[in-house]
Amino acid sequence: MEVSGASLVGLLLIIWLGVNLIKAPTQFAQVSVLGLRNGLLYALIALGYTLVYGIIELINFAHGDLFMLGALFSSYFITIWFHQKESNLAGWITFGFALIGSMLFCGTINVLIERFAYRRLRRAPKLAPLITAVGMSFLLQFIGIKWNGSTPRQWPTVIPHGDFVVAGVIISQVTLILILVAAPLLSVLTYVVNKTKRGKAMRATAQDQDAARLMGINVNKTISFTFAIGGALAGAAGLLYQQSVGTTNYNLGFQLGLIAFTSAVLGGIGNLNGAVLGALLIGVVQGLNDGLPIALGQRWSQTVVFTILILILVIKPAGLLGKVTTEKV
Amino acid sequence: MSALLEVRNLKVGYGKIIAVKDVSITVNQGEIVTLIGSNGAGKSTTLRTISGLLKPKSGEIFFEGNRIDGKEGHDVVKLGICQSPEGRRIFPRMTVSENLDLGAFLRNDKDGVEADRERVLELFPRLRERINQRAGTMSGGEQQMLAVSRALMGAPKLLMLDEPSMGLAPVLVDMIFETITKIRDQGITILLIEQNAAAALDVADRAYVLESGTVKISGKASDLAKDDAVTKAYLGG
Ligand SMILES: Nc1ncnc2c1ncn2[C@@H]1O[C@H](COP(=O)(O)OP(=O)(O)OP(=O)(O)O)[C@@H](O)[C@H]1O
Ligand SMILES: [Mg+2]
Repeated sequence: MEVSGASLVGLLLIIWLGVNLIKAPTQFAQVSVLGLRNGLLYALIALGYTLVYGIIELINFAHGDLFMLGALFSSYFITIWFHQKESNLAGWITFGFALIGSMLFCGTINVLIERFAYRRLRRAPKLAPLITAVGMSFLLQFIGIKWNGSTPRQWPTVIPHGDFVVAGVIISQVTLILILVAAPLLSVLTYVVNKTKRGKAMRATAQDQDAARLMGINVNKTISFTFAIGGALAGAAGLLYQQSVGTTNYNLGFQLGLIAFTSAVLGGIGNLNGAVLGALLIGVVQGLNDGLPIALGQRWSQTVVFTILILILVIKPAGLLGKVTTEKV
Repeated sequence: MSALLEVRNLKVGYGKIIAVKDVSITVNQGEIVTLIGSNGAGKSTTLRTISGLLKPKSGEIFFEGNRIDGKEGHDVVKLGICQSPEGRRIFPRMTVSENLDLGAFLRNDKDGVEADRERVLELFPRLRERINQRAGTMSGGEQQMLAVSRALMGAPKLLMLDEPSMGLAPVLVDMIFETITKIRDQGITILLIEQNAAAALDVADRAYVLESGTVKISGKASDLAKDDAVTKAYLGG
């Protein structure tokens, strides 16, 4: 029953995509590229949710707002503190430093949030840190309002906004910059988690904190490190968003955070590859729905995303790459 | 003989519940010392406190003459105290091989680690067959072997085993106790908690009997095995 329902939905999806592809192949490629670009941004944020959930099973509601602070920090760093308004060498160099700055800034805030709010609640019932995370989200938004003001703010950007045309498909320079920044970050993250001692400590801590301690792992330090990485990725996403869109607002984190969180759940929360896959998928689905000739269009964007989320979770409750582990007790 | 581990008047609790009221034990270099007692007597709590997972309310713990109570768990491991905890606590989503690596987390002597790995796989050939299997999918007995091996990978001076024979088939129980003797013969001091008091008293040099958080009886293991009170309460005789 479930399976046949799933295949029906799958079939409809394929027909929809197929018709569009035949009708408007260039446009199809075009919106896919745009979708992938947004997906990459979602991925950077989604990883922060999934890293933290993976290690302490907390849904860090404040994470989206951390991304928002990263965007504000980047705006101030480039435009107000270093007076860069144009895409020239000085602007690009400032962009580079803003990347480092924003990553450090958000990484540090995330570590402090864990240290002073979540850590003391580690042995408390699950609801306590969850509510604290919600409170933290409001706190960061409050800082956002104080800093940004309560209405959207427009900023000059310093990255090139020109286009390349490949086989009729427009690929903006912004897209390339996003790939150039995000791809190395994702590779480094994968390397750190899978190949280094720190990564091993993270995975062990995620599975059993006391057992990790008995191996000589400093659990507090490992958790701090995880928050630092998650925060840094949100900081990078904040800069990339601010520079590609050019607008900031205090509630930015709510919108993108929700989508990123959805990506993490879609991919299987706690699973790093899953978060990236989920994010790219949602980005592309959004892109297709917003830009294809036969589609529901932008107004239905969120609805489409969540419908797909629900469908996938009904079929695969642990998410696309999440595994329901069979463990002997 | 010099005391490797000395626990003095230890008192530990979970919130308001006092699990260990007054425990003093000594483990000398090269010994096997066993801690026996009924369920809830405070045996595991004592071990957890020595490992730094719990902070004592009062009392002192000395290792090689230095005070270690109040140290963090990961710092205690650095001193050479490794534990195979109650309920195995292996990392279920990692392979056997990765679990063994984690046992050697703090070590930098690559050759030594490699040699120890070979040594534990010799002790438990079953683990070699399962080396790339996810630990959580192994049988209870295999997981127990892994837990002991993982603790050995830390190159401990003191190895603490919390009910290593739990859930094992009789043949494997014999095998585990043989292995414990072998480990001691390789120069590692052992503090052993066991439900299987008869077997524990058989391999141990000395024993402590815990009851409601206090040491009730202590002495040479062979003497305790003949003691009427002990026999009645713990050996089913
Ligand atoms: N996490 C905990 N929170 C509250 N009480 C605990 C906790 N762990 C143990 N206790 C209590 O402390 C007492 C001692 O427990 P402990 O695990 O040390 O006993 P044990 O001697 O190892 O028993 P067993 O032979 O059953 O393993 C028990 O009464 C137990 O209920
Ligand atoms: Mg116990």
